[in-house]
Order: sequence, then structure tokens, then C-alpha cells
Amino acid sequence: MELFAIVVAGFLLALLVPALERLLGEAAPWVAALVPVGITVALARHLPAVAAGSSRIETYAWVPSLGAEVAFRLDGLSMALALLVTVVGTFVFVYAGRYLAGQRQRARVLALLAVFMAAMLGLLLADDALTLFVFWELTSLASYGLIATYHEEPESRKAAQTALVVTAGGGLALLAGLILLGQAAGTLRLSSIAASAELVQASPTYPLVVGLVLAGALTKSAQAPVSFWLPSAMKAPAPVSAYLHSATMVNAGVYLLLRLTPALGGTGAWSVPLVTLGGFTMVAGGVLALFQKDLKLVLAHSTVSVLGTLTMLTGLGSAAAIKAAIVLLIAHGLYKSSLFMLAGAIDHETGTRDLDRLSGLRTPMPTTAAIAGLAALSLAGLGPLLSFVGKELFFEALLEALSARPLLLVAGTLTAMALIGVAGIVGLRPFLGEPSPAAQDAHEPPVAMRIGPAVLALLGIAMGISSPWLGPALVGPAARSVLSEATAVKLDLWHGPTPALFLTLISLVGGFVVYREWLSLHRLLPRLERYKAWTPGGIYPITMDRFQEASRRLTAWTADRSVLHHVGIVLAGFVLLAAATLAPTLGSLAPVVGPVLPVQLALGLLIAIAAILVATTGSRLVSVVGLGVVGYAIAVLFTVFGAPDLAITQFLVETLAAVLFLYVLARLPRYETRMGGPGRLAAGLLSLAVGLAVFGLLALASGPPTDLVSGYYRAQSYAAAHGRNVVNVVLADFRALDTFGEVTVLAVAALGVRTLLRGVGQEGSS
Amino acid sequence: MKSPILETASRYLLSILLVFAVFLLLRGHNAPGGGFAGGLVAGAAFTLHAGAFDARRAQRALVLRPPSLLAGGLATMLAAALVPLLQGLAPMTGLWTTIPVPGSDPVHLGTPLLFDVGVFLTVLGTVTTITFAWEAQP
Repeated sequence: MELFAIVVAGFLLALLVPALERLLGEAAPWVAALVPVGITVALARHLPAVAAGSSRIETYAWVPSLGAEVAFRLDGLSMALALLVTVVGTFVFVYAGRYLAGQRQRARVLALLAVFMAAMLGLLLADDALTLFVFWELTSLASYGLIATYHEEPESRKAAQTALVVTAGGGLALLAGLILLGQAAGTLRLSSIAASAELVQASPTYPLVVGLVLAGALTKSAQAPVSFWLPSAMKAPAPVSAYLHSATMVNAGVYLLLRLTPALGGTGAWSVPLVTLGGFTMVAGGVLALFQKDLKLVLAHSTVSVLGTLTMLTGLGSAAAIKAAIVLLIAHGLYKSSLFMLAGAIDHETGTRDLDRLSGLRTPMPTTAAIAGLAALSLAGLGPLLSFVGKELFFEALLEALSARPLLLVAGTLTAMALIGVAGIVGLRPFLGEPSPAAQDAHEPPVAMRIGPAVLALLGIAMGISSPWLGPALVGPAARSVLSEATAVKLDLWHGPTPALFLTLISLVGGFVVYREWLSLHRLLPRLERYKAWTPGGIYPITMDRFQEASRRLTAWTADRSVLHHVGIVLAGFVLLAAATLAPTLGSLAPVVGPVLPVQLALGLLIAIAAILVATTGSRLVSVVGLGVVGYAIAVLFTVFGAPDLAITQFLVETLAAVLFLYVLARLPRYETRMGGPGRLAAGLLSLAVGLAVFGLLALASGPPTDLVSGYYRAQSYAAAHGRNVVNVVLADFRALDTFGEVTVLAVAALGVRTLLRGVGQEGSS
Repeated sequence: MKSPILETASRYLLSILLVFAVFLLLRGHNAPGGGFAGGLVAGAAFTLHAGAFDARRAQRALVLRPPSLLAGGLATMLAAALVPLLQGLAPMTGLWTTIPVPGSDPVHLGTPLLFDVGVFLTVLGTVTTITFAWEAQP
């Protein structure tokens, strides 16, 4: 139950957040942070066992007929990433509490952050492909809700929609890929799939599986050509960017690639796209980061670049590359979340994120400057830091692949230069020099907003220095999950004068030059603007706008005139569908007509008279009464035919419908215009057509009764489901899932009515 | 428009109708009734109250806000679907238990009944959301 409890804890926290906010006020985020702390402890307890090579597995039945189970597995890879999620999460809750203090969105953000944390943990711990998919999509939904925190602003809404369209679109591809993978491997359990590599790679669907899975992973991790959603997601508040879009959600794509490497990796179809797209993203992200003026956008593009590095390394697939990927993944998560939190803190204190207006901040906020310097060092990968260890491994992997892929080394060095430049721009430039006007009134951010970045940045150093112990404890087991061999992972801080170190020195020099020339780079900007429309980031908004415009025109043509017009179109469509259904069977229709009781005839006559009255009267009240008579008469017919549940529901719904009609009629103006002759003729013919269509369908349905399904329900209703009322047993037991869906529709409809009615009084007509 | 007849009648009818609604809910498994019918009767009761007095008074009688009823009902249905997971069974498996009642037949309780309660709450929430929104119009 433990892994299940770990995943569910976040969802429970989300439910409790509003109560916590009301009862504890400012202490609520600190209390909320206790949950990720608890999960960290729970996970860490398993470190020795996982390091020794065993993994913890929990399985629960889900859909046995599909072979799908809710299965969780804690092994080296999921342990390392899950710890990253919970450790960063702890500080994000504390930071978010202070950053959003006094804002009414705070409770919602905290709750959604908790939902996201739970979904992310579920994704990492999932051992069944469909379980993983469910949590994958949940993270996309949570991200959507969080990016749209300030949803009154159209920019935020657009950004959230972009993120959702891209990641959910990728998610759909992933679902198809996972199902095909499960079919090829004969099982949906990821751990078993990993062991069936030959089976999977020999299957004819293998290229398709790779393509679909890559689509899912690359959209989630913002790789080219779909990386544009990540920079626009910076509309989200800083805590959200620090958690989702730096350390956790964007890593999900890389995690999936690592997890599936044993099964899908090692072939050209896998590594060529990954190395190409990853390598391209790596360089492009680094370069684009240098062209940004907004602090958060610089960080966003550098995140894209690092994700490209991780993707490329995963694609390379060698032992050195995988080790580098894991170390860099952890190091990046730590320093990037730290930097995002600092960017938010600076914005909070000075009111701006524009790098042109930020300088000399070391005077008003010395500790922040120190923390930023440390985090930036981590970004640059210089010094006794985990990211330095990772960078050395990165260069070693590239050198190893030099003969097969010489360009990668060049690309890697260029990227390293760019990122060192970025580190200087983000961690040095705002703090050095003369205090700008924005810096004049600033002071140190509150402790709650500094403690997270500080601890996370310090962890970078601590893990760097302790890397000899960290290697076999954390990185080794993780690498073993991917490489499925007992690879000894020896992590050292200092390898001596290796070629990798030489490359680091070259990139340091290059990065320094970049940093110095940053301003002149920006003078090139206006000349590059016109190419924007050709990039995916430019194509997507144009495509979406055209799509929405076309949709608006279609809706205006079918629905925007009068309610009558709209209903008419719906009914006409129904008639066409019915005609299409009935046409092939017209010759062989043999409706079964039973004996007709006088009661039924009388009721039928009453219904007909009332209906004609409704159609011809000029008084609205008479129409309502007439409709009510029709409804009640139908209910009595149900009783006569022996369907008490239907009759009860029909009576009640008819009553409520009459009440609703009265509400509406009380507010409508008098009949002002009546439909002209042609209009009434068309309406009459349409009504006749609908009547004939329904008659035809009833005739079709009243053939010899098939007893298969109803016989089963009648037999099993008491035996298996303990109920004598078959209708209710079908609703609440046999087909409960359908009822769930229908009831949800009711709820949504009710909320829609409420929203519409509320809007009517306030803004007038639109 | 205030009608003393409607006001007085509604005062008594509200409680009677609510009892009847719960009765319909509980008997649904073995006799005509069920969550939908019970929810509609309860909704009709509050609609009557809102029509006789005003939405605010009916809201006070309801205690919970209609959207909360919607959320609570859906959450109850979800809980009823997930309870079997605790026993290692697939979601939505029907689990039944029998509670002996001294001096009468034993009472059968199960997850489908909990599910029906959820339906009841959601239908009540739907009806009250719509009618209270209408009553609140000027």
C-alpha cells in the first residue's frame, strides 16, 4: 500500500488545501510542505534496498479483461527522479505560499501544485503502461490549470491552451504508441516490456511504436519542433515555472525515453531522431536564450537547451551517455528551480524582470546575489558542483561518440559556451554594476522565498562534493534500470587533466566572450524578427487563429441566428440520419404490434389533441399547460406499459420542466413577430418528417425481441447484485460507469446554465 | 408575488417531500425509486420553497451551496467506485455487507447504494443550481 499511499497523498493534500488556508492562514503552505517532506522520508527509507538492486512493486486490479493493472514500481530510476520531485516540491510550497501571499488565487495554485505532485509521482512510479498514461495526462491537465492562474488575462489563457494542445496531442500519440508496444510485447507491464526487447524490435509495428512514443516524449519535454509552448508557459507565476517547467513535468519526456530504452533503444530508428532533434534543440535553445531580455524567458530557453542535451544523450544510449544524462537531469532540476524562484523573487521585489533595467542588485540584496551566483555557477557547470560532474561525463560521452558523430562534439561545446554566457547574464549581470532605478527601492526578498533557492543551490555543491558516495547510492541504481547491466558508476569530482576538462576550459573562454558581447548580440535582434513567422513558434499561433476563425464562421452559420433556426438544423440532421438508417430496411420492416388497450388509445388521443393545441395556440400559458399534459400523459402511458421507474422520472421531470418554462416565459416580451407563411410551412414539414422518422425507427426497433442482454440482467439482478429492481440495478451497478458519465453531463449543464444566467445581468448582451 | 397559501404549504411540504425523497432513494434497489427519482423529488421540494419565498431562504434551508452538492455528489460516486481498490478488486466492483437490526430484517448496505446516494446529491445539485439561478434573476 505504501507506493499507492505516496501517490494518493498529493491528491488528498489538494482536497485539504482550502480548509488549511481557512484554518491556518499564513502557516498553511508550511504545513502543506510537510507532505512532500514525508514522502521524501518514505522514499529515502528504501534507498539502501534500491541501491542493492531490489525494487519494490505493488499491483492492484484495474481492467483485467484488457490486461491493465494499477502497478507501481520503485527502482533506481524512479527513486532518483521521485526524490527530485519531492525535495523541490517541499520548497516550492513554501515559496509559493509567500510569493502569492494575499492573492486570492493562492489556494487554487497550492491545490493544483499538490495535484500535480501526486500525478508526477504516479507517472514516475507507474509500472503499467496505461497507468503511466493516465498520470501523464493528469500532469498536462494540472499544468494547464496552473499556467492559466491569471486567466482573466488573454495572454495567460492562450499560453495555457498552447501548452495543453501540444502536450495533450503528444499524449494521444503516446497512448497509441503504448498500446501498440503492449501488443508487440504481449504485456502492458513496463518491467516485463523492458525484458522483451527482441520481441518488440522484431515486430512489424516497431517503427510506428518508436514514432508515436517519441511524439509523446518530445512534446512533453519541449523539443524541436514543438518547443514553443515552454517559453509561452512563462505566463504562469514563478512557483509554477520553478516546479513544473524546470524540474519535474518537462523531465517526464526524458524519463519515458530512459524507461523505454531497454525495450526500444539501440537501433537507428530510435537513436537517429533523438540525437538529431535533441542535438538541434540543445544548440538552438542555448543560442535563443542569449537573445532574450526577460529573465524568465532566458531561463525557459536554457531549460529547452538542457532538455535537448538530455534527449540527445538518451538517444546515444551508451553507458557514458546514460550516466551523464542522469547526473545532468538531477543537477539541472536543482539549479533551474532555484534560478526560477530567484527570478520570481527579483520580480517580486523590483517589479521587473527586464534585464535592461536590472543592475547593481548586490547592494540591496546581498544574500540573494550570493545564492544566484551559486546557482549560476551550477548552470555553467564550473566548480565543485554536481553539474560539473555531469558536464565532464557529457563531454566524455561525446568524445566516445566522436568517430561516429563528430558534429556532436562541436555542438556540445557551442552549447556549453552559450550556457556559460547565460549563467553570467542571469547570475552576475543583474547584481553587478551601478544600482539601476529599479534596484533603488528594492530590498531582500522574504526568507520564505530565499530558503528554497538557497538549499537547492547548496545541494548542488553538496552532491558534487559527495559524488563518490552518490554514484553507487543514487546514480548507479538509476543507470542500472536503463542499461540493465551491473555498470559500476564511479563519480569523481576531479578526474585530472582529461580531454573533457580541456573542452570545459575552451567553453569557459567562449562563454566569457559571449557574456561580454551580449549587448552587441541584442543589436542584431530587430533584423531577425521577420524570420519569426517561419519558426514553429510562429506557425502555431497563425494556424490556431485560422482554425478558430473557421470554427466561428461555421457556428455563426448554423447556430447564431435564432433558437428556432438552430433547433431546425439539429432536427433536420436527425431526420437525415434516420433516413439513412431506415433506407436499406424499408422493404423488410415488420413491426410487431400487440393488442391495443382502450386506455392506450385514449391517452394517445389526448396527447395528439394537446400537441395540436400547443402548436396552434396564441397564448404562452396554454402552450405550457399543453406541453405539461403531453408529458403527464406519456408518464401515464409508461405506467400502463408497466415501467414504474420511467413513469416516476417522467412525472418529476415534466413538473420541473413546466416550472422552468414559467421562469423563462415570465421574462419574455409579448409575441412580437410571428413566422411568415413559408417559415411555417417549412416548420410544419420538418415536424412531419421528424414524426415519420421516429415512427420508422420505432418500427425498426420493435422487431422480434432479443432477450440476450435483458435476460442476463433479469437473471443476475438479484443473484449477483442483491436487488429486485432491475432498472435501478442496471443504473447503479451493471452500467454504473455510464451513469457516472450521464450525471457528470447533468452537473456541467447546470453549471453552464448558472454561468449564463449570472452573465446576463452584468455585462448586457454580447 | 407573495401567496400565503403557497408559503404555508411550502413550509410543511418541504420536510415531507424531503423525507419522501430519501425514502425513494433507499427503496430504489428493490422497488421503484432510486437516486434519480429521489433527487428530483428533493429538487422539486427546494424549487417549491424557492418559488414560495425567495432563493435566499431556500438556500438557507439547503445549507450547502448547489455547486458544492454537485461536487459532493460526484465525489461520493467516485468514492463508491474506488472503495473496492482497498480490497484489491477492480474499481466499481459491488461490495455488500449485512447489518443485523434487532427486531427486523437485516439491512443490506453496499457500494451501489453509496453510488446511488451520489446520484441523488448530484441530481439535487443540478435542479437547485438551475432553479436558484433563475430565482435570483430580477
